[in-house]
Amino acid sequence: MCDTCGCSSESGAVLRKPGDTGYHVHVGEHDHDHEGHGRNHHHDHDHDHLHHHHDGGGRKIVMEQDVLLKNNLIAERNRGYFEARNILALNFLSSPGSGKTSLLEKTIPVLLRHFAVAVIEGDQQTTNDADRIHALGVPVIQVNTGSGCHLDALMVNRAVREMELKDNSLLCIENVGNLVCPAMFDLGEAKKIVIISTTEGDDKPLKYPAMFHEADICILNKTDLLPYVDFSVSRCRENALRVNCHLEWFEVSVKTGSGFDALVDRILKMADHN
Amino acid sequence: MHEMSIALSIVEAVESRALEEGARKVSAIDLLVGRLSGIEPESLIFCFSAASNGTLAEGAVLAIEEREGMGECLDCGKKFPVSFYYAQCPGCGSMRIAILSGEEFQIQSMTIEEEGE
Repeated sequence: MCDTCGCSSESGAVLRKPGDTGYHVHVGEHDHDHEGHGRNHHHDHDHDHLHHHHDGGGRKIVMEQDVLLKNNLIAERNRGYFEARNILALNFLSSPGSGKTSLLEKTIPVLLRHFAVAVIEGDQQTTNDADRIHALGVPVIQVNTGSGCHLDALMVNRAVREMELKDNSLLCIENVGNLVCPAMFDLGEAKKIVIISTTEGDDKPLKYPAMFHEADICILNKTDLLPYVDFSVSRCRENALRVNCHLEWFEVSVKTGSGFDALVDRILKMADHN
Repeated sequence: MHEMSIALSIVEAVESRALEEGARKVSAIDLLVGRLSGIEPESLIFCFSAASNGTLAEGAVLAIEEREGMGECLDCGKKFPVSFYYAQCPGCGSMRIAILSGEEFQIQSMTIEEEGE
């Protein structure tokens, strides 16, 4: 049960805003309730007909549809909205602790000289990351996924409706820290950016190939720590390219700012071509 | 645990179609799961039984057809089976591989029991 409004939200995601403790919006729940085929409804309906049971083996219905069709359709709606308004949407993915939020904190002030930026933060709980982005003075919505391990297109759709995105702007979507599940869910972004840090293993692209296969850009972060860790940049890069030969590769240190110019240039170029 | 949200997507898709068809119950669902799709059939079956509880698909048999991955070398054009995204061409040793199949994740069909005449 939601402890703010008392409604049931066992699995649904919740949107929050930093500095506004009363604000929360449930994703999805109301869409289900109003469709008129809630679960209890089936039971009531079924009982009237149970005595007419026949056992002819049933009828086969060909569906041939993607399991994630619904997510993909909503993602395409998001994509169309972003394209129509010339909003560059980037989906940032990584394991927890690789520096996604710090990377955004470092790049957003530079990017703000060129266009407006807004952020959607995904985490199971807390508005900690959204608070950090809020401190930069850019619009941010926190999506708390509860037990969920990834953002989906509906969460992004709802979050975007709660924001006043500007035309010709950048939307950074920071996914839940997880190298597995978020790879499967299209959000409507223009590019997926996976971040890995030198404190992780350089074989991570091989261990989590689906994520690296899906990504367009890979950023290696924390290069300032290379003298202290057993991490081979060339081996990691080679592993990443084995999984996805089209992957673009960047090396940065959020701490020292090393490598940032190339990354910022790339984002500006993407925004130009968007 | 993305298998849980995926199991819920399957239940939702199957149930809405079953209602359109006037079904009383969904007795079987045929899925096609590629080996590169990131889906573990066993945990999907486990999650499905929980996700379908109290729906038209409760108790439905999940029949999962797994499809092998096939890759094509972008350098020499050779086609060969792949079990991971980081395949190497057995012909020329290139790592530049396009995935031809194995990423499928589809609901192929379902079997429904209809309302009595």
